[in-house]
Amino acid sequence: MEAPSLRARYLRWAVFAALAFFVPILHPNAYHLDVLTTSFLYALLALGLNLIVGLTGLLHLGYAAFFAIGAYTYGLLNLHAHWPFWIGVLPAAVVAGLFGAALGIPALRVRGDYLAIVTLGFGEIIRIVLTNLEQVTGGPNGLLGIDHPRLWIPGRGIFDFGVDSAPYYYLVLLTVGIVAWICVRLSRSRVGRAWVAIREDELAASCSGIPVLELKLLAQGCGGAIAGVAGAIFAAKQGTITPDSFDFILSVMVLAMVVLGGLGSIRGAIVGAILLGSLPEFLRGFDQYRMLIFGISMIVIMRLRPRGLFGAAQHAKPACKKAPLKHASAAT
Amino acid sequence: MTPLQVFLQQLANGFTLGSIYALIALGYTMVYGVIQLINFAHGEVFMVGAYVTLALILALAALGAPWWLLLLAGCAGAMIACGLLGGVVERLAYRPIRQAPRLNALITAIGISFFLQNALMLIFGATDRQFPAVMPFIRWNIGGVTITLMQLVVWISGAVLMGALQVLVMSTKLGKAMRATAQDRTACALLGIPVDRIIALTFVIGSMLAAVGGTLFGLNYGTINFHDGYLTGMKAFTAAVLGGIGNIPGAMVGGLVLGLLEGLGAGYLSSQWKNVFTFLILVALLLFKPTGLLGERVAERA
Repeated sequence: MEAPSLRARYLRWAVFAALAFFVPILHPNAYHLDVLTTSFLYALLALGLNLIVGLTGLLHLGYAAFFAIGAYTYGLLNLHAHWPFWIGVLPAAVVAGLFGAALGIPALRVRGDYLAIVTLGFGEIIRIVLTNLEQVTGGPNGLLGIDHPRLWIPGRGIFDFGVDSAPYYYLVLLTVGIVAWICVRLSRSRVGRAWVAIREDELAASCSGIPVLELKLLAQGCGGAIAGVAGAIFAAKQGTITPDSFDFILSVMVLAMVVLGGLGSIRGAIVGAILLGSLPEFLRGFDQYRMLIFGISMIVIMRLRPRGLFGAAQHAKPACKKAPLKHASAAT
Repeated sequence: MTPLQVFLQQLANGFTLGSIYALIALGYTMVYGVIQLINFAHGEVFMVGAYVTLALILALAALGAPWWLLLLAGCAGAMIACGLLGGVVERLAYRPIRQAPRLNALITAIGISFFLQNALMLIFGATDRQFPAVMPFIRWNIGGVTITLMQLVVWISGAVLMGALQVLVMSTKLGKAMRATAQDRTACALLGIPVDRIIALTFVIGSMLAAVGGTLFGLNYGTINFHDGYLTGMKAFTAAVLGGIGNIPGAMVGGLVLGLLEGLGAGYLSSQWKNVFTFLILVALLLFKPTGLLGERVAERA
């Protein structure tokens, strides 16, 4: 299959971006916009998890923990030190990224299903600690009254993002754009190709001189940092965060988005997130049956499209064609 | 109470909890042993068992049946329902994707888990459901340690079922076929063992044991909720890993050890943190002794 030309590819992204940009103007429905904002927030998480599960092949079931750490980092810095969102988002990313890498160190010893369970255990431990450490995190009630982002616009004074969805929609959209671009660049870089090499055959990768351990940690750190950014945006949007928002179901949902989109595929992660993120909302007509239908659709999708919407093989090939893998192994 | 009596009391409570964990853990370990799948939906199957028991007990109690009949019928009904459920899930969801990448089976399992959990919520409601006190409340005081009839029933039924399973797996033709399938599916098929049927039966038997676990859980704790299945399932899975996944005596030992640790942890530390305790054991165990206490199976399967 011939890969689409560079221009065609940029054109496709541009059309998508333009469409997304005009949604709030063409279809000014507050509720739908909120659903879409949440879906794009999911897309951010899916992009981050895709680096870990899709590119590097490390099955992670506790990803919601990094989202939580990002949210609580910004929340605590804002409540106690009055850090504004635009500054608070940086430590949120850094702390979540460090947690990602730090939790990755012990997890290096295990693989496959066992890694999945270890990460699940970490995710649960972090959630229970957030619930029980009442002096710091406010316990089950969480953190209240986190500031919304404020923006100084020349000539119009300070604009508070408030509770309306539209500003957050654009904020999240912009972040998804930046993160997706970073992911695309990263996946075609030497690091990204080394990640894919680890996924395909860890032994061969390490024999070719790829520093497997460091790169695995890097993948988990990058994935964690992206979740941290998403967490900070989430905390700023909601104003209130509770440990319940970061449960196992969220980790599973994000994983399902990545798998549905096709492991390793960046547009797959975004499309998967938008589909699964908005599906439960569109199923609201079925009201209480929606999670039931959601479960069935996960089963059916896995049966009908086992490689996801945009399978990994299609993604890996053009990257290899442009610069063969031996390039990565010749270095280091 | 003297410190020793407190300790023995926690031990008795932990042993009860451990027997229930062990019954559920057997399902995880059997399925993992045969097809290397972490059956995430197993915790929900256990919950289905608890709810079916509840429904049967309520229905029969309205007809005025004696308590032992309620108990037996509730348990048998749950076993039949869960056995069927396990078989149907295997046939409809897992079998078609057995050749697909492993991650797909995991996602499917999670989908089934969502489905069953929400089905239970729709049928029985989202609030806690009370189990009627079916069993006569008899208790014995042995040296200051209280043991209830309920606990005795849990211990005895747990021991009997695990013994029966051990006999089934080690000394029947079906058990032999199951062990062979776990070793090499292709070779089994070549030798004329009906691999598909054996795998389905593994699911059925595991689900039936989980059903008994559900019955005992409901009777022992008195309240059930549709999302109890996830946490209990995770703990049972921890128990299976603790004993060495894929290893049937290991699941029994793991369940008992985990129940005892949790009973003692809740008694001496705080019950708020006891779930952290479980997950820490799970993580530490996977990192430092992934083969578990009795496991000889190699853990690394990428």
